[in-house]
Amino acid sequence: MTTAQPATAGQRSAEDYKRRLAELPWPELASTLGLVGLAIIFGIANPGYLSEGNVSAILQAAAILIILTIGQTFVVATGGIDLSVASTMTLGAVVLGQFYAQGWNIWLAAVAGLVATLLVGAVNGLIISKGGITDFIVTLGTLSAASGMALIISDGRKTTIIEPVLIKLSVNGIGLFSWAVIIALGLAILAHVVLFHTAFGVHVLAIGGSAESSRSLGIKVWLVKTGVYVISAGLTGVAALLLVARVGAAEPAANTAFLLNSVAAVVLGGVSLFGGRATVIAPVMGALLLTALVNGLTRVGLSEFYQPLTVGVVVVLAAFLTRFNK
Amino acid sequence: MSTDPATTATTTTQDTAPAATGGDVLTVTALRKSFGRVHALRDATLTLPRGQVTALIGDNGAGKSTLVRCLVGVHTADAGEVLLEGEGVRFANPEQGRSAGIETVFQELALVEDLSVAQNLFLGREAKRSFGPFRFLDRRRMRREALDMISQLAINVPAVTARVRRLSGGQRQAVALARAAGWSSKVVILDEPTAALGVQETERVEKLVLSLKERGMTILLISHNFEQVLRLSDQVVVMRAGRTVARRQTSQTDGQELVGLVTGAVRDPHEAAHDLMPDSDKEAS
Repeated sequence: MTTAQPATAGQRSAEDYKRRLAELPWPELASTLGLVGLAIIFGIANPGYLSEGNVSAILQAAAILIILTIGQTFVVATGGIDLSVASTMTLGAVVLGQFYAQGWNIWLAAVAGLVATLLVGAVNGLIISKGGITDFIVTLGTLSAASGMALIISDGRKTTIIEPVLIKLSVNGIGLFSWAVIIALGLAILAHVVLFHTAFGVHVLAIGGSAESSRSLGIKVWLVKTGVYVISAGLTGVAALLLVARVGAAEPAANTAFLLNSVAAVVLGGVSLFGGRATVIAPVMGALLLTALVNGLTRVGLSEFYQPLTVGVVVVLAAFLTRFNK
Repeated sequence: MSTDPATTATTTTQDTAPAATGGDVLTVTALRKSFGRVHALRDATLTLPRGQVTALIGDNGAGKSTLVRCLVGVHTADAGEVLLEGEGVRFANPEQGRSAGIETVFQELALVEDLSVAQNLFLGREAKRSFGPFRFLDRRRMRREALDMISQLAINVPAVTARVRRLSGGQRQAVALARAAGWSSKVVILDEPTAALGVQETERVEKLVLSLKERGMTILLISHNFEQVLRLSDQVVVMRAGRTVARRQTSQTDGQELVGLVTGAVRDPHEAAHDLMPDSDKEAS
């Protein structure tokens, strides 16, 4: 009986502690904490995992996914989804390859590829916002259409591209960071500024939160919606250049894993799939986490057949965490 | 004489401004609106005296909502005249109404849950500063001005960086009211501001409305709560079957009379004779 008093006091401070802990933005922290956890576990299991060479390799392998994830983040922040990212990237790469094969300068060819992807984004955005058709269906359609166009344009054949500049993109750089990684991180910083320091960014989140309220306050919902699909598609155009640099060729491959992983990284990054709540840093960390996970699994000798299964489990767990937090 | 607000208002305007502006911010004359064969508005006539709270009451379907929607530009009236500061206005959409200075706080408040108080206050009208060709948000200025806007109204001031999701019902109402009153608006229309609130929150919101009035805002209050109408308003306009049928100074009426006017049990002597004609019965069937 006499010990009851201090016990209550202790309980109260513990409750206070719990409350403060509950107020932390867990969904946004999850991917960073997960990445740190992975680094510790694989670092112990495999001493080479945290070596300079391997960390640099993980970053390099993550560059394309990071860029696609940034675009997906903008779309999901408005409450939409872009299922066409991977095939739009493929189309961009193939268009680049075709112009390169015609003898165009590699950078000009890359710009041509970028224009092609931007057109896909504008089509996505306008059909969704003006046509009022569900994002899921429209981008599923362009997923197929863009792959189909890539096949038609390339006649199903790959174009080998040997350019010293492209090799340098992946090999040279600053310290651990290759130029490809620096481009990806630069775009991430730019995206962060756009999302949190421009009116456009606030409107993206506002539309995701309540399109009806946004409209009644005079925000041009259709313009912002179109904007996010154009951004997403434009980023796939940049990713297309890095993909060509990595593969050494432009090929009409499906690249489906990139689509799944970009959505997975956004979920890991705590972005609400209903829209209205998003950061750029957390999904980028999510993309790094997925890449680090696959790299670690390979290094500990797990068959690559297990990797998709593991990634799936991690993503569903992350989605649970987000739900639990709400 | 001195208790008559209309006279007081006229006297003060004459001191400061040319008589042309008069004491009325908004004048509505013989507004009509039909949807197919349904005559939602038959004859709406009312004036909003400057700096006063005008309550609009009436049964469900009396035409209050249609009148408000015509005023703000959601609907366009079929006939009739609306004068804002003495000038005829006709709004094709709510955006035009807003930029002319008519702000509405609807029941659902139009707040975005996951944005901060400051972001909500400035939504669609963000303060920006230029940096070369780029324009970035002036977040510091918006936070400072948001604090100004909100602390003039709310007693329990929320942090301007707090997400709206975390606010109480009364605080949300304060944010919506501050936003409506903050943009050099001429008229603020409040549509059932306390319909969804508890007793304490209702009391807070009523204080908000009164402090808006103290700041000189002209307010049109739509409410079902007659006690609230008597507490807050300077004059009451009663609607029945699409018509404005009576107007009372709040100090010269009581709940019983208002109930009678709303139901039709009490007829205003000024009420036009045509209201008694059988065409309103045709409407009911």
